[in-house]
Amino acid sequence: MTAELVRGQNHPVSQSRVEIRVSAGAPVLALASLADEQGRLAGSEVLAHPGARSLPGVDAPAELADRHTFAVDLDAVAADVHRVGVLLVLPPGGPVRFGAVPASHVAVAGPDGGTEIAGYTLTGLDAETAVVALELYRRQGAWKVRAVGQGYADGLGALLADGGLSVPAARELAAAALRTVAPVKEADATRAALPTLVGDVRAPQTPAQAPASVPEPPGPVPVSGVPYAGTPSGGDGSPPTISYTHPRRRRTSSEPPEPAPRPAAAAEPGQPPRPVAGDASGWSMDERLYNQVWGMFEDLARTAAAYRSAVEFADNRMERELDDALSDPRHRLGGSGNAARDTARARREELVAQAQAVLDRDLAQLVAEAEVVEPALPAAYARWDNPVWHGHRTPEEGPLALRLGDLHLPERPDLRIPMLVRLPLERGLWIDNGRTGSEAAMAMDTDRLRRAAMDMAVAHAVRLLAVHPADRFSVHVIDAAGAGAASLAPLVRAGVLAAPPAAGVAGVSRTLAELTRRVDLVQMALKAGAPEDLPPDVDTAEQLLIVHDFPHGFDDRAVTQLRYLADEGAAVGVHLLMVADRDEASAYGPLLDPLWRSLMRLSPVPDNHLADPWVHHAWTFEPDVPPQGSRVLDQALDRVAAARRTTRP
Amino acid sequence: MTVNMTKGQAISLQKADGGTLTAVRMGLGWQAAKRRGLFGSRTREIDLDASAVLFADKQPVDVVFFRHLQSDDGSVRHTGDNLVGGVGQGGDDEAILVDLQRVPVHIDQIVFTVNSFTGQTFQEVQNAFCRIVDETNGQELARYTLDGGGAYTAQIMAKVSRVGSGWQMTALGNPANGRTFQDLMPAILPHL
Repeated sequence: MTAELVRGQNHPVSQSRVEIRVSAGAPVLALASLADEQGRLAGSEVLAHPGARSLPGVDAPAELADRHTFAVDLDAVAADVHRVGVLLVLPPGGPVRFGAVPASHVAVAGPDGGTEIAGYTLTGLDAETAVVALELYRRQGAWKVRAVGQGYADGLGALLADGGLSVPAARELAAAALRTVAPVKEADATRAALPTLVGDVRAPQTPAQAPASVPEPPGPVPVSGVPYAGTPSGGDGSPPTISYTHPRRRRTSSEPPEPAPRPAAAAEPGQPPRPVAGDASGWSMDERLYNQVWGMFEDLARTAAAYRSAVEFADNRMERELDDALSDPRHRLGGSGNAARDTARARREELVAQAQAVLDRDLAQLVAEAEVVEPALPAAYARWDNPVWHGHRTPEEGPLALRLGDLHLPERPDLRIPMLVRLPLERGLWIDNGRTGSEAAMAMDTDRLRRAAMDMAVAHAVRLLAVHPADRFSVHVIDAAGAGAASLAPLVRAGVLAAPPAAGVAGVSRTLAELTRRVDLVQMALKAGAPEDLPPDVDTAEQLLIVHDFPHGFDDRAVTQLRYLADEGAAVGVHLLMVADRDEASAYGPLLDPLWRSLMRLSPVPDNHLADPWVHHAWTFEPDVPPQGSRVLDQALDRVAAARRTTRP
Repeated sequence: MTVNMTKGQAISLQKADGGTLTAVRMGLGWQAAKRRGLFGSRTREIDLDASAVLFADKQPVDVVFFRHLQSDDGSVRHTGDNLVGGVGQGGDDEAILVDLQRVPVHIDQIVFTVNSFTGQTFQEVQNAFCRIVDETNGQELARYTLDGGGAYTAQIMAKVSRVGSGWQMTALGNPANGRTFQDLMPAILPHL
C-alpha cells in the first residue's frame, strides 16, 4: 500500500533503485539536489538540472512538463551525499507562484513502473516559486523519504544559497539550470516579462529584494537544521505555520470538511455525509481503518439492538392488547372484539414499520461505508479476493491487526463486518473441526469439514507470513498423523515453514520442547532485563504453532507443554492455532476445559457463536477463504519466500 | 438566549429555522467541595450523578447512568462519571448526549435526573446547575440552578417526549430524595 505522507512525515525506502514520479499542476522543472549530512550543498556536483542532467545516481529530466518520471539509484550516489532533494521549480514566464497552480503530487515508486512506496501532495504553498518536495535521506545506513514541501518565494537561487552556496554561485547555478528552458509563452505579456526568480507579483518588491541582486539567504527558511519546523510562507516574515491536514482526506471528502462521528451532525438533516475510508481517529491509515471497522461493528450492533427492542416491544404490546380484548366482557357480544384485535395488530404493524424504516436508513449508511472501507483495507485486513493482494509486497513493519473472517447479523446478511483482532494475538485460536459444534458443521461430512478447517488454518498462516516483514514470523506445524498434508502442501512447497510438519510422537515432542525452551529463555531474558543476551539459536521472530489432530500423538507430557504454550506463549510471541475436535479430547474429561476456554473458537463453516462486546448479539462468523481456483495464496507464499531469500542470502 | 424554564413548562424542541432538534445534551455542573485544613484529602467530596431513563409506554426499558454509559441502541450516551465536580467555571462536569434520530421508535419519553451520590443535599452544593443544550450548535435551551434548592438529594430535571414526528421537552424540576435513579422511580412515574 502506498504511504500517503503529510508534511514532515518520513517513510522507509527499502529499494535502492527508485523512480520519482511528479505530477504537477502546471509545467515545472524537476531537479535533484545532492547534499551532505548537514544538508549543505558542497562541491561542484550539487544539482542535477537540464543543463547538467546526470549526476552519480540521479538523472534529472530535461524538459519542462507537468508529468515527470526519473530514476534515482541510491547505491550509486556518492558516499558523502546524505540527502537527495527532489525540487520543483516554476519556469520563467510561467505561473509566478505555486499558490496559483493546483497542488502537485510527488511519489517514490519502484523502478520501471513499480508500485508506489510513498506519495506526498504539496499543499499549503503560496508565494513559493521553487520548492523542495521530497528528500531521500540516509539514516543509519538505510534510506528513507521525507515529505518536505517547503519553498522559496525568491526562487531557485535563494534555495541554493540557503543550501550553502555563495550567493553569486547560487545565482549562476540557478541561471544555468533555467537557461536551457524556453520561456513559457503566455498571452499575458506583463507576467511573462516578469523577472525569473522573483516570487509573488503581488508582494511588494523593495529594491533590495530585486532579482538583479539576489540578497543574502532569505529570511524565513531553514531547510537545513529542522526542515519541517515551519513552512516559509512568502517573504513577508509572517510566523511559519504547519498544516497537519491530510491532503488525501481533504480531497476525498468533498462534502462537510470532517464527517462528524455522529450522523446527527450531518450538514443537512436527513442527509448524512458520504462515508470516507479512514474516517476515524488514529496515527496511521491502518489504525484509522481499524478503528473505523470497529466503529461500524459497534454501530451495526447498536442499530440492530434498537430495531430488535422496538419489535419486541411491539410484539409484547400486541399480545397484551389481544389478551385484554379477549378478556373484556364487553367484547363477548357483537363484533367489537374483532375491531379491538385488528387495532392491536395495526398498532404493532405501524411500530414495526417505523422501526424497519430507521433500520433501513442506518443499514444503508453502513453499507455505503462498507463499500468504501472494504477496498481501502490493507492486506492484513483485506479479504483474499481484494486486489490489494495482487500488488502486495513484504512490508517493513508488522501489521496492527489481522482479519480472521467476517461477521454479520441476520437483519442484513450481505453487510459483512471484517472481524479484526489486534496483533500480537492475546489469545490462541481454535478452529473447530468437530461436527457437533454447529448445525452447518453437522450437515457436512467429516472429511470435508476437516479439510475446510485445515485450509482455513493454512490461509491464516499465509496471511500472517505475508503481512509480516520477512524473517519476523515463523510457522511451525504439528500434524501427528499427516492427515493435514494436502492442506499444508502450499506451505511445504514454498519452503516457508520453520521445519517440515512434525509427525509422530517424536516429532510432536521435539517441536513442543523447542518452543517451550524458547518461551522459557525469552521470559528469563525479559525478566533479567537483558533481551539481547539470548543464545544465538533462539529465533526472536513471532512464532505460530499450528496443531492439527490434537490429541493424536500427544502424551501427557506433550499436553502439559501445549498448555504451557497456550498460557505463557502469547506474551513472548509464541501463538497457538489449534485445529481440533473437542470431542476427540474427551478422554481428558474436564481437565482440558481451561485450554479450550482460553482459545478463541472459530469455525470453518458459518456459525453464530460470537458475541459483540456491547449488546451481546449472536453474530454469524464466516471464514474468509481464497476464492475457488485462486492462486492468491501461492503468490503470497512465493513473495514471502523471495523476500526471505533477499534478507538472508 | 438561555431560557430559564419554570417548573412544568414545556418547550418544543424545534429550532428557530423550523428544523427539529437532532441531538441534545443534558449537562450537569457543580463546584468541588472546598479544601480546608491540614488534611485536605479528608474533605468530603461531592459526587452528583446525571442519569437518563428511557421509557416505552410508561415502562422503563433502558437506563443510562454511571454504570451503564451507553444505551444498548447507542442513542443515549453518558460521558462518564465525575466524582468530585469541577471548579465552578460553568462547564459541564457530567453530560448525557441524546441522538434523537437514533432513539428506537418505541421509546417515547426520556427522563433526566440528578442524584447526590455522596448524600449532600443541594443546600450544601455550590454553583450546581443542570442545563439542556442543543448539541448541534451549543445553544442552551434551558437551565436550572440547583444550589440553595432545599434539603433534597435528587431532582427530576426534565423529560423529552415524542410529539408527532418530533420531540418536545418539558421542564419538571421536581425535588426528590435518593442515591441513584432507582430510588427515584416512584417519583418519576407521575410525570410520565
